Amino acid sequence: MSVLRDTGRGYLLSAPALALFFGLLVLPLALTLVLSFNVFDYEIGVKGGEWTLAQYANLLTDSYFYEIFLRTFWISALVTLLCVVIGVPEAYILSRMGTPWRSIFLILILTPLLISVVVRAFGWSLLLGADGLINQAIQALGGRPIKMLYTPFAVILALVHVMLPFMIIPVWTSLQKLDASAEQAALSLGATQAQVMRMVVLPQVMPGVLSGTLIVFGLSASSFAIPGLLGGRRLKMVATVVYDQYLSELNWPMGAAIAVALLLINLLVMLSWNRLVEGRYKKSLGE
Amino acid sequence: MAFLQLQALCKRYGPIDAVVATDLSVEQGEFVSLLGPSGCGKTTTLQMIAGFVDVSAGRILLDGRDITHAKPASRGLGVVFQSYALFPHMTVRDNVAFGLKMRKVSAADIERRVSRVLELVRLTPHAERYPRELSGGQRQRVALARALVIEPPVLLLDEPLSNLDANLREEMQFEIRRIQREVGITTLMVTHDQAEALSISDRVVVMQAGRITQIDEPYHLYEHPRTRFISGFVGKANLLRGDRDASGAAQVRHEPGDGELVLSLRPEKIDLVPAGTGRLQGRVVMRYFLGSQWLYRIETPIGEITVVRRNDGDAPMNEGFAVGLDWPSDLLRVLSVDEVPA
Repeated sequence: MSVLRDTGRGYLLSAPALALFFGLLVLPLALTLVLSFNVFDYEIGVKGGEWTLAQYANLLTDSYFYEIFLRTFWISALVTLLCVVIGVPEAYILSRMGTPWRSIFLILILTPLLISVVVRAFGWSLLLGADGLINQAIQALGGRPIKMLYTPFAVILALVHVMLPFMIIPVWTSLQKLDASAEQAALSLGATQAQVMRMVVLPQVMPGVLSGTLIVFGLSASSFAIPGLLGGRRLKMVATVVYDQYLSELNWPMGAAIAVALLLINLLVMLSWNRLVEGRYKKSLGE
Repeated sequence: MAFLQLQALCKRYGPIDAVVATDLSVEQGEFVSLLGPSGCGKTTTLQMIAGFVDVSAGRILLDGRDITHAKPASRGLGVVFQSYALFPHMTVRDNVAFGLKMRKVSAADIERRVSRVLELVRLTPHAERYPRELSGGQRQRVALARALVIEPPVLLLDEPLSNLDANLREEMQFEIRRIQREVGITTLMVTHDQAEALSISDRVVVMQAGRITQIDEPYHLYEHPRTRFISGFVGKANLLRGDRDASGAAQVRHEPGDGELVLSLRPEKIDLVPAGTGRLQGRVVMRYFLGSQWLYRIETPIGEITVVRRNDGDAPMNEGFAVGLDWPSDLLRVLSVDEVPA
């Protein structure tokens, strides 16, 4: 390691990755940040050389944006919670399966990742639509159709479906490190199966749950395709509003300002969550 | 009636018989070791007693109560695992207190009993540490304390010392024996290390291919191994061909060829005498220094024989030296040939 550091060869070796990172992430983000401070005029468009805080003032004063941000975060939080509730037991069951079944089910869990989110969103809209499969079934049974598409329900359902693998995989990884005999020890000491889960297994997989929640929350809060296709024109989330600003209103600086705000709030939420959880478990579980 | 009894205990995994018709009685306060090579069924037997593995046939009785199909929690046995199986997210004190909390013991009682058992295993100064901050030997003591604090009727030890280095292992052997004596707890230990089994057990149970082949006190087991396998597995042994003399006593056959008996002769029972005297003539091929002892490999007409002599401070014999070998004929042990197929 020190040879790499001393000769600078390490930097040379990581140059391609750094260039990619810089060119595709840092640069566009910086440009977006610059754009968010540009003056916008509906007649002329973006005025490159003039600066203003109007977009941010707008963001802070308009209750419309508050509503959008609030909705985005409660939906993301609920999706994260549901992913924990479904994903953690699923990962545990997976880790206890026998040899042929474990790999089969792991692949089954991962296959949704191989299908485009757009395709899956359309799949959900076929199921949930006003005359979709589910409503047809309800009507055939003599019930009245339920409005599901273009409601938070549809968005949350589809997001949980998409995000579940991102919860299961980190939890599964931490489960791999568990000593199975620790559970036997707890059982022999008089714990019930539920107590073993709560007092022995769960605390040890918290690092995995933490990474899972961070990934799921971050991806949900910035998700675009699912709210765009299943939320429709009424149920906006932040990413779809950014899209509107850029492509319908053509107000690029406003879109950029919302995007920057989303990034900052997302970062804030995730960092404080990380501190909160890690603070509780770091001492006992080490690095 | 014995305190812990296994009656015709069997475990089958599909077509494989892991444990076959095992009978064992353990008296209250006794320290019994299950000794055998890996895969002999000793750990499976222990796991059936602990309740982690279902019993295929037979019964387990604890103090007259049938616990064959009881849940691990309701058996209330203390188990120490090979990996120690400590809870990494709890301090030493919380690890030890776990079993008492599960039993809803009052906080004051927990405090008192945990302190007492930590004292017993000499871990009081480390009570607030986490397992990863402890050495292997200390983790072992935590596991022991956690099992003992619930005052179980039987303590089960699964290869408790195999993860420790040699010096520490010996120290912990004596430590386990001291604690076992002090508490007076009935203990069953699984081990593949014959020295461990011999040094601290009241009785040793030798298992091979899922069956018990001999149950004896350590000294008697060493002096009177029943089979060829046991004589080689428990201590070192020279296996010799032999037959019976006119009076019916076993003797070694000095000409190469098939004898009708298989005899075992412990290396330390053989005397080295001047060449030309003794029962057998040989030449030192190799010698190894073991500190308190010398180990010689001696070539003789009936094959290579291992001899162990005490290091009494005199100069050892050089390689190539011609010697005579002698032994008291009553120390020859006749081994049964009816061995369990491996």
